[in-house]
Amino acid sequence: MRVNGLEVEPVIGLEVHVQLATRTKLWCGCPLEFGAEPNSRVCPVCLGLPGALPVLNRQAVEHAVRTAVALNCQVAGFTKWDRKSYFYPDLPKNYQISQYDLPLASGGVFEFPIDHRFARVRLIRAHLEEDAGKNVHDFPGFTGVDLNRTGTPLLEIVTEPDLHSAEECREFAVQLQRLVHYLGVSQANMQMGHIRFEPNINVIIHADGREHRTPIVEVKNLNSFRSLHGAVAYEINRQVEAWQADGVTAASGNKSNRGWDDEREVTVPQREKEEAHDYRYFPDPDLVPLTIDAAWVAELKEHTPELPICRTERFISEYKVPAKDAPALVDDRATADLLDHAAEAGGDKATLAKHFLSFWARRANERGQTVAGLGVPAGHLAELATLQASRKINATAAAQVADALLGRRDAAGATTPSPAKLAKELGLLQSRDEDQIAGWVNEVLTKNEKAVQDAISNPKKLQASRGFLVGQVMKLSGGQADPKIVGELIGKRLGEIAGGR
Amino acid sequence: MAEIPTAAHVAAEIAGGRRKAVDVCAGALRRIEAADGQVRAFLETLPEDALDRAARLDADLAAGKPVGPLAGVPIAIKDNICTTAGHTTCASKILAGYVSPYDATVVERILAAGGVIVGKTNLDEFAMGSSTENSGRFVTRNPWAADRVPGGSSGGSAAAVAAGLVPLALGSDTGGSIRQPASFCGVVGVKPTYGRVSRYGLVAYGSSLDQVGPLAANVQDAALLLGVIAGRDPRDSTSVAEPVPDYVAELADERLEARAGRLRIGIPREYFGAGLDEETRAAVEAALAVYRRLGAKTVEVSLPHTPYAIATYYLVATAEASSNLARYDGVHYGHRTAHPHDLFDLYSASRSEGFGAEVKRRIMLGTFALSAGYYDAYYNKALRVRRLIKDDFDRVLTQCDVIAGPTAPTPAFRLGEKLADPLQMYLADIYTIAANLAGIPALSIPCGFSAAGLPIGLQLMGPLFGEALLLQAARLYERETDWHTRRPSMGREA
Ligand SMILES: [Zn+2]
Repeated sequence: MRVNGLEVEPVIGLEVHVQLATRTKLWCGCPLEFGAEPNSRVCPVCLGLPGALPVLNRQAVEHAVRTAVALNCQVAGFTKWDRKSYFYPDLPKNYQISQYDLPLASGGVFEFPIDHRFARVRLIRAHLEEDAGKNVHDFPGFTGVDLNRTGTPLLEIVTEPDLHSAEECREFAVQLQRLVHYLGVSQANMQMGHIRFEPNINVIIHADGREHRTPIVEVKNLNSFRSLHGAVAYEINRQVEAWQADGVTAASGNKSNRGWDDEREVTVPQREKEEAHDYRYFPDPDLVPLTIDAAWVAELKEHTPELPICRTERFISEYKVPAKDAPALVDDRATADLLDHAAEAGGDKATLAKHFLSFWARRANERGQTVAGLGVPAGHLAELATLQASRKINATAAAQVADALLGRRDAAGATTPSPAKLAKELGLLQSRDEDQIAGWVNEVLTKNEKAVQDAISNPKKLQASRGFLVGQVMKLSGGQADPKIVGELIGKRLGEIAGGR
Repeated sequence: MAEIPTAAHVAAEIAGGRRKAVDVCAGALRRIEAADGQVRAFLETLPEDALDRAARLDADLAAGKPVGPLAGVPIAIKDNICTTAGHTTCASKILAGYVSPYDATVVERILAAGGVIVGKTNLDEFAMGSSTENSGRFVTRNPWAADRVPGGSSGGSAAAVAAGLVPLALGSDTGGSIRQPASFCGVVGVKPTYGRVSRYGLVAYGSSLDQVGPLAANVQDAALLLGVIAGRDPRDSTSVAEPVPDYVAELADERLEARAGRLRIGIPREYFGAGLDEETRAAVEAALAVYRRLGAKTVEVSLPHTPYAIATYYLVATAEASSNLARYDGVHYGHRTAHPHDLFDLYSASRSEGFGAEVKRRIMLGTFALSAGYYDAYYNKALRVRRLIKDDFDRVLTQCDVIAGPTAPTPAFRLGEKLADPLQMYLADIYTIAANLAGIPALSIPCGFSAAGLPIGLQLMGPLFGEALLLQAARLYERETDWHTRRPSMGREA
């Protein structure tokens, strides 16, 4: 890309922290609750009180392994826990239990579509660690510490510097958020800070026939797609301008940290520590190393659901869904599963997808639900789609049957009649009986001589008159006549009348 | 002289309705009141809580409810073990006034077994020391000689039992902190296998070495208390789900007869070299002669990596300590400096004021050992040597059932004698440290007295989870001798 008249190549790696959706914390039984009264979800373990010891939450390991296999990582058979030491008030033990040299997972690759191609980002590693608490600065003269978040399980995912623009970073983040949400390993709620990003950014500048690399900057703690995009875009420009001004390039030790000012939309230097951080990692003697059974990993891999990106592609081709509508079908996993189940139950795929995107989506919206949350069985969805696809009912009637289905279910609170029975009850079944339809057609043609004459003798009015006559037949039949057969029969009769019979 | 009633006897009398728990408890509190002014074993007594618990026990007994094996036995707890009753300070200024909101697992188990906790005992600050002189509060004296140390770091617990103030006490042992004071005070002290007893609620010093264990006046009482506290605890990931034998039943006479003739005792030559006091050597050799007389075989063995044990220990333990003690920072609990001018000062001044010299020395040593650029040369190398020391024991324990030797190189030294020279002080643990590094169980029992009337201890070490075997071997010797029945004049009720 070009920035300030220079040919430049941004080089960006991401560290992503994903909060795992376990019921309790990583090392104790305290519940994970957002927005609880400060320091009300704590115990001796997560407060780091003297004598307290951590005990591993197995659910966190399972979530981490599920994510790792979905990202094509190699899951370690043997992994361990290390203490990372630094003093900070929101870290009650003054060390964080993390994983240093033997992470739970390594390698891996994540591919996602962008600009009609697939971007490929290699992953370095993924490991489990505990979150810290929060310093609370809204007191005059002193700082408070809320330790409710302390000990929350985080999966840290580190990528190779394979991203090359702010747009790529944002799309990676969006797709990763969809993925972890899909896997059910994280609530992935951005507002609640469930996913946080820390991009490492520098720029290769091509000038004077050489490559100049700007110093690496890590932007800390970005918790929205917008701020990630904004910070990366800002840094690329800032670094190019800085190089133009001072010519300083990357050298060992000049990596720096910056923060993102969400209001001014600029990155700002963070106060550097007086000395280089030495975290003094060493194995946590309070915990035993973890051996992970390869058969269990294989089983989790086996049960990995089809991931959102693949599913989107498949829905577009299989269900003939417009690309722009596909996410609406894919993003809620239960709804996407329901669509597949309905198709397996014999429902016409294209019709099913149309139903999901139209009246089912509308009714779900009205009820603050997902389509799956409406609770209509896959068999009924399939049957309704088949009724329409085989022209036993029309699209309007299908929506009416759907409403009747929901209405009955709400009233009875139990099983409802099948869509076919309902359609019949409501008189919505289309007639395909040609004799019956011919009777309706004859009646209408007899009653509407003017329109018949227009259709026969005035080519300009042919289209409109035929449409009018079809409408009259449909009206006479109470909507039951198959419009296609009506159209055919009217054409045929008009031909006969014109031919003098 | 009248023998102090054993804990087992006291529990039986109370359970049988012949004595009231309240009277026994009041008696113990009275003895402490009368005699602890000289010994200074206790940092704090808990009369209200103890008497209340004893009264409830009496009420349970009157109501015909079942009571546990420690029914009404007064017990002292080292002050680095968390109790909701009273304070838990580790004898450190930095935890002055600290009250634990929870009981350690060992405390829960003692209370569930009917034990009555009468007080918290003195120790070297955070269990760092071998004389209890590093206490941030005051010095505890050896009941056998007021100018001598009781050993450490569980000096308060050992002195309390030796002075007859309580029949049982809990200590913790990271490098000899139960066995060495047991030896200095003439009582029985057991360091269990690493993982045998839960560490939940033991304030960590060297987490991979620390174990809680009993101090008692005799082997049977030590077995009784060990049986109560041992076993897997879901709150301690490093505790092990190995079944807990009935240690007291293992000491029945017929079990001992069966053991005596089959016992092979390994005598490590490295434990009888330079630096071993001659009276101690003589007492230990006399003890080995007793075993031979009982039909046991003694074999000379070698633990070649013994010379590296102290250096290894002071890297592993201090590295872990530097991290374990990082939490005492003046932010969340414990001592906070009065007027910090910024966050760094809050940390720095609170810790400078709160920690004693030896604790600071060990934090600095451990921090250094873990620092980038030194980690491999020190911490990592220490882990490799630790492995070699463990291999020594694995090999030797195929040639013998237990390993015997002196617990400490000398009897109790004088107060102040080694304070100025930490390295001399560290040598007091030269024979005890290896068992912690290897994770194996070990105990100390009285095996004689020096000419000056100071107790001498015999150390027995055994295979992983071989506590029953060690207790049997110890009891075999104890049955033949009367060392354990002797009591110092100091601390006795007037
Ligand atoms: Zn907790």
